Amino acid sequence: MTAETELKPRYIGQSMKRREDPQLITGKGNYIDDIKLAGMLHVALVRSPYAHATIKSIDASKALAHPGVVAVFTGDDMMDINPLPCAWAAGRVKNNVNTPRALAVGTVRHVGEAVAMVLADDRYIARDAADMVDVEYDPLPVVVDAKEATAPGAPQLHENAPNNIVMEWDAGDKAATDAAFASAEVTISEPIINQRLIPTPMETRGSITRYDEATGEFTVWMTSQAPHVMRLLLTAFVFGIPETKLRCISPNVGGGFGQKIFCYNDMAFTMWASRKLARPVKFVEDRAENYKASTHGRDHITDAEICGTKDGMISGLRVKTYANLGGYLSTIAPGIPTTLYGRIISGVYKIPSAYCHVTGVYTNTAMVDAYRGAGRPEASYLIERMIDRFATEIGMDPAEVRRKNFIQPEDFPYQNGLGMLPYDSGNYEPALNKALEMAGYADFRKAQAEARANGTYLGIGISSYVEVCGVAPSAWIGLAGEGWGAGLFESANVRVHLTGKVAVTTGSLPHGQGLETTFAQVVADELGVPYDDVQIQWGDTQGTPFGYGTYGSRSLTVGGTAIKKSVDKIKEKAKKLAAHMLEANEADIVFENGTAYVKGSPDKVKTIGEIALQASVAYSLPEGMEPFLDETSYYDPPNCTFPFGTHISIVEVDPDTGMVDLKRYIAVDDCGNQINPLVVEGQIHGGIVQGIAQALYERAVYNEDGQLLSGTLMDYAIPTAEMSPHIETDHTVTPSPVNPLGVKGAGEAGTIASAQCVMNAVIDALSPFGVKHMQMPASPERVWKAVHSK
Amino acid sequence: MIPSAFEYFAPASVAEAISLLEQYGDEAKILAGGHSLLPAMKLRLASPGVLIDINKIAELRGVVINGSINIGAMTTWHTIEHHDGLKSACGVLPEVVAQIGDIQVRNRGTLGGALAHADPAADAPAAILALDAQIRTHGPGGERTIAAGDFFTDMLTTSLEPNELITAIIVNKLGAGEGAAYAKFPHPASRYAIVGVAAYVKMNGDKVSACRVAVTGAGPMPTRQGDTEQAMLNSDGSAEAIAKAAEEAGANMDVLGDIHASEDYRRAMVKVYARRALTTAVARARR
Repeated sequence: MTAETELKPRYIGQSMKRREDPQLITGKGNYIDDIKLAGMLHVALVRSPYAHATIKSIDASKALAHPGVVAVFTGDDMMDINPLPCAWAAGRVKNNVNTPRALAVGTVRHVGEAVAMVLADDRYIARDAADMVDVEYDPLPVVVDAKEATAPGAPQLHENAPNNIVMEWDAGDKAATDAAFASAEVTISEPIINQRLIPTPMETRGSITRYDEATGEFTVWMTSQAPHVMRLLLTAFVFGIPETKLRCISPNVGGGFGQKIFCYNDMAFTMWASRKLARPVKFVEDRAENYKASTHGRDHITDAEICGTKDGMISGLRVKTYANLGGYLSTIAPGIPTTLYGRIISGVYKIPSAYCHVTGVYTNTAMVDAYRGAGRPEASYLIERMIDRFATEIGMDPAEVRRKNFIQPEDFPYQNGLGMLPYDSGNYEPALNKALEMAGYADFRKAQAEARANGTYLGIGISSYVEVCGVAPSAWIGLAGEGWGAGLFESANVRVHLTGKVAVTTGSLPHGQGLETTFAQVVADELGVPYDDVQIQWGDTQGTPFGYGTYGSRSLTVGGTAIKKSVDKIKEKAKKLAAHMLEANEADIVFENGTAYVKGSPDKVKTIGEIALQASVAYSLPEGMEPFLDETSYYDPPNCTFPFGTHISIVEVDPDTGMVDLKRYIAVDDCGNQINPLVVEGQIHGGIVQGIAQALYERAVYNEDGQLLSGTLMDYAIPTAEMSPHIETDHTVTPSPVNPLGVKGAGEAGTIASAQCVMNAVIDALSPFGVKHMQMPASPERVWKAVHSK
Repeated sequence: MIPSAFEYFAPASVAEAISLLEQYGDEAKILAGGHSLLPAMKLRLASPGVLIDINKIAELRGVVINGSINIGAMTTWHTIEHHDGLKSACGVLPEVVAQIGDIQVRNRGTLGGALAHADPAADAPAAILALDAQIRTHGPGGERTIAAGDFFTDMLTTSLEPNELITAIIVNKLGAGEGAAYAKFPHPASRYAIVGVAAYVKMNGDKVSACRVAVTGAGPMPTRQGDTEQAMLNSDGSAEAIAKAAEEAGANMDVLGDIHASEDYRRAMVKVYARRALTTAVARARR
């Protein structure tokens, strides 16, 4: 450790309030729907009412005659651009890729698929005219269930995907796992369904394109978590134009939860139409469109098996999953149920043999892709439910089964045998113990027994989780390895202006996570400047060297480390210049708290402002030194990070109604070092509430005709503050050895830990009724039926 | 979420509103709080050519308590929820209203609007039935009063004429020996009632001398539960009597099922919530 990092940090570790919030919560943000360009046309889409149909004809004559309508385009008009790319071929296996076009051509494959676009002078005219476009369909048979879609005779969606199979993928040692099961004392199997969810960011999606006829350049404002990736995909893959002809800008983005990572058709059709008509073109979806046509999450049907000994040692885990990927492949869809699910299916346990097989499937539903946690919540739900099932079966305390099978501190770096990168660090038992203590676990069982005798049904649920964050080393995740079609490094540029103020541009960009605050804290401490002197800029491909975007809890671990690397370079250069200014040897210069001085003479200092001024005016620089303090770094992480923790919930079930009252929720998380504990806690809270919602409320429902029955917020229950419990948080700190900040990521942990935490409690509460498993959500009716079917 | 075009009027009096209704007939829709109508318009489930906004008609707002309670049709949920006089004169009304939607909905939504819309899962209709309220309406021919029991006729359908406006709702004060309560199973997304039961009980000494029970949410329209009421009458209002009476709830009504609650489950919940509402109502009547 160098002298300067031993200094007491002034900002890192402080619960500073988020600097971005005053703007966002007083309506002064700049979201996509706030942007109005001169001459801008508005798009309304004609969307398919059928889940599967041939388009026989499209007659736009009435719409075109409607005053204010400028043009109507269909998929056939846009054959000069390519379908959207799929950027993640699930590793090592053949992926039968079918992706959407900007507008459907010939066939529609889910309700809400865009068939035609109407462009008009305002949004109201466009919407009215969309109803005047006459589309004739020939309905085709429909399949919405992933398992049924692979059965013989099921309706076929794509010619190149027999039995609707996208890919067959596996991980682990099948022979060893089969052998473990064959010789096991105890084996348990359970069908486990991880229901489809709709991410529901507060802001829906959209894009605005302005095409410059003079230069042939496009500018696209987009609700994107990854504008640089969109630039690459739209230019190199969809339009076949130089990357230099497209500038992508993410302004304020109102939540994403993964749904805004992907390349969507509106980016392509607003670009195409803007070029065609030489006018800016805007499309913003409404909530009903977001529900029907932007990506969904989860939707796994799994047969899970676990085996072990009567004294509680798990010896094998065998998993077969059907992952519903929707009517087409979204941008990174195949990677979610494979790399981010199958490779971490054994969770926090040292399971000697494990095997996971995943079948990716096309169905007549909206595309499924990453949703907060992306694969890891599905994995964590599965293993944590099966651990509880195992504990019940052998009559052992579920906390004890966990403790017995935990990966031990000395096992790290730990290889789980499923092809995941080695878990970086961990110490699982202290987090479990802390959570048990907070919950009063030792006394709970007695209270539970007494309550049951009085007809009150209490339950306690434990969830010990590990996740994989800070994605990812490019060589591992890339095409040659896990099939991701690019790298996953991050970049940052740091500039110190001549007044000493610091401008940072990052490839990571916020859509609610508080990155501006967290990043500024890191820079202020590392460079030794006031926090308010640090400006964080993001979201514009013109201003940032490059960035793979914000998802996978990677912004601080990967993006933050890129920032730190640039700051380190700035400091090196500042030291050299300070040595020159102080007429001393560089080796004798100490740089701390934003000042440089000669060792032993701390009273004679050059401030970073003075150094920056000299670097900027360049009157006197050391031989060969370039002017200005301006450094860019690219950071490709050597490993992912593996946050972990234990959550515990206590519920009471009303046997008369089946209603679940979530009485307590305890979360002990370890995300390594915390830069801003307030921001971490906010992320944990939000994540937990989303997981609770999966356990108790949320469920996207298609009927057999492929109609989305949960198509509005009147039918699809997202959690409100009223539905959320008081969350009791605490943490342990196991710094990550992967990055110099020692951070692990916290954006998804809450979601990954919580659904099974609540389900385990509900099922525990229902154990007097013989309940051993229940699918999510534990809706009142489902619970009531479980109580009354005994 | 973009409604189709419409013409907009904001009359200042009931008479003006009725003449507009006469003029535009089926084309027109009355805009009260708008929390049912506007979402329907945004989803284009409703596309009225004319909106008659009655929010500016001052005479339709406010609560007056004399011998009985007169609530102007355009009185917001918020006003009812926080009305001190109502809390003592007929506490069940603020209790029901506090469970409607959320604060934003309650700031805009109105009692008259909800009754005219007659959503099968709305809360207020159950209370109005259980309290045996009178609904005062105004039409081209002048005023008339409709008993709550005659008001709801089918799903989203009432005995209100197309050219009529609800002007007020008249409710009796609850006196000694009377108690009323509302028990609700809210939909997790919409906060409408999956099942809601309103109960009114009058105790004469140790006997139940009057009882009215109404169910909302479960079926196509809010429905009185005659069998339950009969079973309660002349009983002692004990837990056993209530349990027995509640078992009759829902027996003679259509019950609907959907993705949130099947018909069987709703029928079971009608009984559970009838029991809960009656238990509280009896306890209050005895106080």
